[in-house]
Amino acid sequence: MKVLVPVKRVIDYNVKVRVKADGTGVDLANVKMSMNPFDEIAVEEAIRLKEAGKADEVIAVSIGVKQAQETLRTALAMGADRAILIVAADDVHQDIEPLSVAKILKGVIEAEEPGLVIAGKQAIDNDMNATGQMLAALTGWAQATFANKLDIDGDSAVVTREVDGGLQTIKVKLPAIVTADLRLNEPRYASLPNIMKAKKKPLDEKTPADYGVDVTPRLQVVKTSEPETRQAGEMVGSVDELVAKLKEKGIV
Amino acid sequence: MAVLLLAEINDGVLAMDATAKTVTAAQKLGEVTLLCAGAKVADAAAEAAGIAGVAKVLVAEDALYGHRLAEPVSSLLAKLGADYDHIVAPATTDAKNILPRVAALLDVMILSDVTGVVDGDTFERPIYAGNAIQTVKSLDPKKVITFRTSTFDAAGTGGSAPVESVESAEDPALSEWVEDKVATSDRPELTSAGVVVSGGRGVGSQEDFALIEKLADKLGAAVGASRAAVDSGFAPNDWQVGQTGKVVAPELYVAVGISGAIQHLAGMKDSKVIVAINKDEEAPIFQVADFGLVADLFEAVPELIEKL
Ligand SMILES: Cc1cc2nc3c(=O)[nH]c(=O)nc-3n(C[C@H](O)[C@H](O)[C@H](O)COP(=O)(O)OP(=O)(O)OC[C@H]3O[C@@H](n4cnc5c(N)ncnc54)[C@H](O)[C@@H]3O)c2cc1C
Repeated sequence: MKVLVPVKRVIDYNVKVRVKADGTGVDLANVKMSMNPFDEIAVEEAIRLKEAGKADEVIAVSIGVKQAQETLRTALAMGADRAILIVAADDVHQDIEPLSVAKILKGVIEAEEPGLVIAGKQAIDNDMNATGQMLAALTGWAQATFANKLDIDGDSAVVTREVDGGLQTIKVKLPAIVTADLRLNEPRYASLPNIMKAKKKPLDEKTPADYGVDVTPRLQVVKTSEPETRQAGEMVGSVDELVAKLKEKGIV
Repeated sequence: MAVLLLAEINDGVLAMDATAKTVTAAQKLGEVTLLCAGAKVADAAAEAAGIAGVAKVLVAEDALYGHRLAEPVSSLLAKLGADYDHIVAPATTDAKNILPRVAALLDVMILSDVTGVVDGDTFERPIYAGNAIQTVKSLDPKKVITFRTSTFDAAGTGGSAPVESVESAEDPALSEWVEDKVATSDRPELTSAGVVVSGGRGVGSQEDFALIEKLADKLGAAVGASRAAVDSGFAPNDWQVGQTGKVVAPELYVAVGISGAIQHLAGMKDSKVIVAINKDEEAPIFQVADFGLVADLFEAVPELIEKL
């Protein structure tokens, strides 16, 4: 079975974002970009399946600007076998919506016929938490979101999911779409020799038109603004002072 | 315009707070019809009919909807959705699982975690872990939305909406439920609690997390945790507050042994009053705290419990 892993190039999670003064968006020029943390977890899980003999090939795919090939090289250095880059934007500020991404991924699925797709549960930039579910709808496949544990069992997968009340285990028919939560695994670092080897692995380049997909956004961004800032607080010197302050406020 | 709202129901019990807050948000869009789907939902539907401002309650009672698996529930919503302009739900894990699937079935985008309604097409939502607020105008004929409940007040009760049964939709038969591992507790529910006490990596162990729970009980609070505390096994995953956990906005949030990473702040910085107890005076949490105490939590928390 082939495993397909969609990965996204996003602002590094440690960077404090800045909203552009003209309200058109967040400033992404010259900031550190990395693979979305949830996608690293997805790549790791796919590689582990291959190492366990449950997958034959791991294909990483990314959609966005040309520079997303760095993200794909990272996936290849972690252990993915080959990569597909779909160049859909020429400006890093143009975020392709989950619906378009899902449509393109459906095209990739039709071409590659994987038995499983593992995506991250959300991208830390648009915080949508939707691409996996949308792809499952478009393919008519089962979905197992927010996965904390994944076991392939013949022609089905048993997945434990992180839900509001605790954990829920479900069994889905394969092929299926799984989305990774934080605790699915601990992603490995790519070693220097593997980074060198990754440079020689195949990386195909495509466009949304190759899959007949129009990426025009459905949600028009009217403006982007700073969230309200909190009033500066005060430091207290002792527990007694803290209790007194809270009593003064009438909250204890 | 007509709005279909998926009521939050777990094991036959209506999550009143999440549902009533979503009713408030949905009322800005038009007449609200609630959908109660589940294996046994008669009681939940009767309770939901009492939420003020609800025009009608639809009941889809079928074993098929028992654990709200995404495939059958989204088929039902996509089918019923034909008659509505807006299909909405609270941004719970249940709805985040189901609604994007519904949106794609209807070939429209999803609007996730909406915090503000400008008009029937225009909405505000946080992006980048809440570090920017985006206003977006949907060009789609239908809008599928999850609302961040912490930013809306709960609608009142005392209504008496009519309750009507609806037929089940086709079963895609792609998945089955195996097991739930649900932690039960007498404490208030995290996302609706008036007070939340959260512990982080600084607490050091699962045993010492009892100290956080003791402070919470003293304050009648829910217990939260940072990702580090959950990853280290001090607390269960469903206590995680943050960008990828739960978003809370209580009257009082007490952060103990939490540094205040961007991803944690994303889940609690709209709390009315924030208290931070941390031994590192440089910890970023102090930048958002109304009251900060630089102290060792193992001395400060027992003293606080005693003096409250
Ligand atoms: C994709 C992604 C998603 C994430 N999502 C979330 C999320 O939803 N929620 C979340 O919380 N995090 C999330 N994180 C993790 C986040 O970046 C931080 O790593 C995490 O919040 C740190 O937790 P912490 O503050 O408990 O630990 P630390 O940062 O290690 O802080 C521990 C604090 O405890 C203090 N301390 C230690 N001992 C004592 C003592 N005896 N008395 C008093 N103070 C003491 C220290 O001074 C320190 O400030 C996410 C990260 C990523 C990459």
